[in-house]
Amino acid sequence: MFAPQLLGFVSPSINWWALLPQMILLGAALLILLLSSLAPRRSSTTFATVTTLSAAITAYFVSIGLWYDVEREGASSSIASAFGVDGFSIFFTMLILIALAITALLSHHYLDREGIDPPEFHALLLCSAAGAIVMAAANDLVVMFLGLEALSIAIYVMIAMHSRRSEARESAVKYFVLGAFSSAFLLYGIALTYGATGSTNLVHVREYLDAVVFRDQHMLMAAMGLLLVGLSFKVAAAPFHFWAPDVYQGAPSPVTGWMASIAKAAGFAALLRIFFAAFASHDSDWSPVVAVLAFVTLVVGAVMAILQTDVKRMLAFSSISHAGYVLVAVQSASNDGTAAALFYLFTYTLMVLGTFAVVGAMGSDDDHPLTRYAGLGRSKPLIALSLTALLLAQAGVPTTSGFIAKFQVISAAVSNQSYFLAGAAMVTAVIGAFMYLRIIMTMYVVDDDESGPSPVWHWTTSTVVLGTVIFTMVLGLVPQFLIEFAEQAVPILIRG
Amino acid sequence: MEITTGWYLVLGALLFVIGGTGLLIRRNPLVMLMCVELMLNGVNLTFVAFAQRLNDIGGQTVVFFVLVVAAAEVVVGLGLVVAILRRQPGTTADDLSALKG
Repeated sequence: MFAPQLLGFVSPSINWWALLPQMILLGAALLILLLSSLAPRRSSTTFATVTTLSAAITAYFVSIGLWYDVEREGASSSIASAFGVDGFSIFFTMLILIALAITALLSHHYLDREGIDPPEFHALLLCSAAGAIVMAAANDLVVMFLGLEALSIAIYVMIAMHSRRSEARESAVKYFVLGAFSSAFLLYGIALTYGATGSTNLVHVREYLDAVVFRDQHMLMAAMGLLLVGLSFKVAAAPFHFWAPDVYQGAPSPVTGWMASIAKAAGFAALLRIFFAAFASHDSDWSPVVAVLAFVTLVVGAVMAILQTDVKRMLAFSSISHAGYVLVAVQSASNDGTAAALFYLFTYTLMVLGTFAVVGAMGSDDDHPLTRYAGLGRSKPLIALSLTALLLAQAGVPTTSGFIAKFQVISAAVSNQSYFLAGAAMVTAVIGAFMYLRIIMTMYVVDDDESGPSPVWHWTTSTVVLGTVIFTMVLGLVPQFLIEFAEQAVPILIRG
Repeated sequence: MEITTGWYLVLGALLFVIGGTGLLIRRNPLVMLMCVELMLNGVNLTFVAFAQRLNDIGGQTVVFFVLVVAAAEVVVGLGLVVAILRRQPGTTADDLSALKG
């Protein structure tokens, strides 16, 4: 009892209720590991899947409660302002939990089929999700870095768990090396932010930047540059995207879906919280740089996708071009732009998870040549129809959620008078559509040679595909509730 | 001549650059891991130098977090390197080229 008093240490007040979602996830991870090591036989996949799902659902209900708390009492922060409790963090918590539940369902059949140990995989998935939530909610750059590492390190192992395939190992090493490289850049950016502003806490950084006029901005500029480079690697924005096609192709399909959706969403959460919320007073410095990144990313994503012959690589480039659209929304540095980015990330996450659900069911992971999808329209009409709907949504066809998302992004760019970028976004959407249509054409028009593709189907996969298709279609017709949700989820930095 | 914190910042930046360059040009996976460590420790030195300059303990506590993260990262990295070298001894980064397009 007396030791803290001797040191003059006052422990910060902690809002445990706000930390409950990630504590539930970590608790479930420990429970899975503990019970599976106590079990006499190799534990069943069902146990791990059910535990992960119930953890995700419980945490989801907690975050609904948190959302109403924030709505009633306003945003706050906890643990010496290191952890934000605002609409933004709860928006991403909900998104991550939905993606977690979907990935758990998708991996259920996949793990059995490929002979991967389910308890370890699910424990890592849960840790990764907890890391992503911490990253999205962190109000302190160091906490954000810890969340990022928890997210990434778990993903390195999840990719490499498919140990018989040399592609998976290669993919894991590539992701590891580039991930560690980009983390180091991010961390150096954090160090320089600390040096320039005297704190790693974003609330403090914002107040400091609002109050102080720099005589010499070099250190702050370098800090912003390094932070941007580090996060651009994480969200796979060009020119820092070159790892993505290789890694997406080699990784097990459920993990690819998880990387493409949540690693990207958490990266954008960090990007928005750092640049839009904390560096708000310097938006004239970072916004043009983000605009250039967005333009390069849009062009690279759309053009390179055309040149691919492997479906997973095509989808990797499509996810790069999606990052470009979110960057278009980020560069507008306005509340509308941020809400558009959040809306885009939410719809994109469900589209991409649904797409990778179909890709994962299409058989082994060694390669996914486009020819494997030939004749799918005749042999499996329902699967082909669902994949068509998801791909059209990714292309941004009207009456799907993808159209509304792209529309919001472009209108945010227009209201910010970035006409060139808005035009580029529209043109690259057309170029990008070619790639999606090519997959669809292959399914319906090209004749299969003899037997036709034989997807390995399981009811969990059907549930996910059906759910994501319905969500995508319904949201294309009645988007208002998600638009309002996103508008209330703009990040707020507040001292707690 | 007095050694100010500025010198440590320069040293930290140099370590970071050396590590980054090494990561890009060296082909041995183990040396690449060492280069990542060098980059992170360059940042650690920067944090300590800033903590000294700002007279703030925050920068020093960050170093402990970074050390833990670096250790966790190396555990996973070494595991991956061992998994690859066991299947194909003498693998370099150039041999990891099955995935391309």
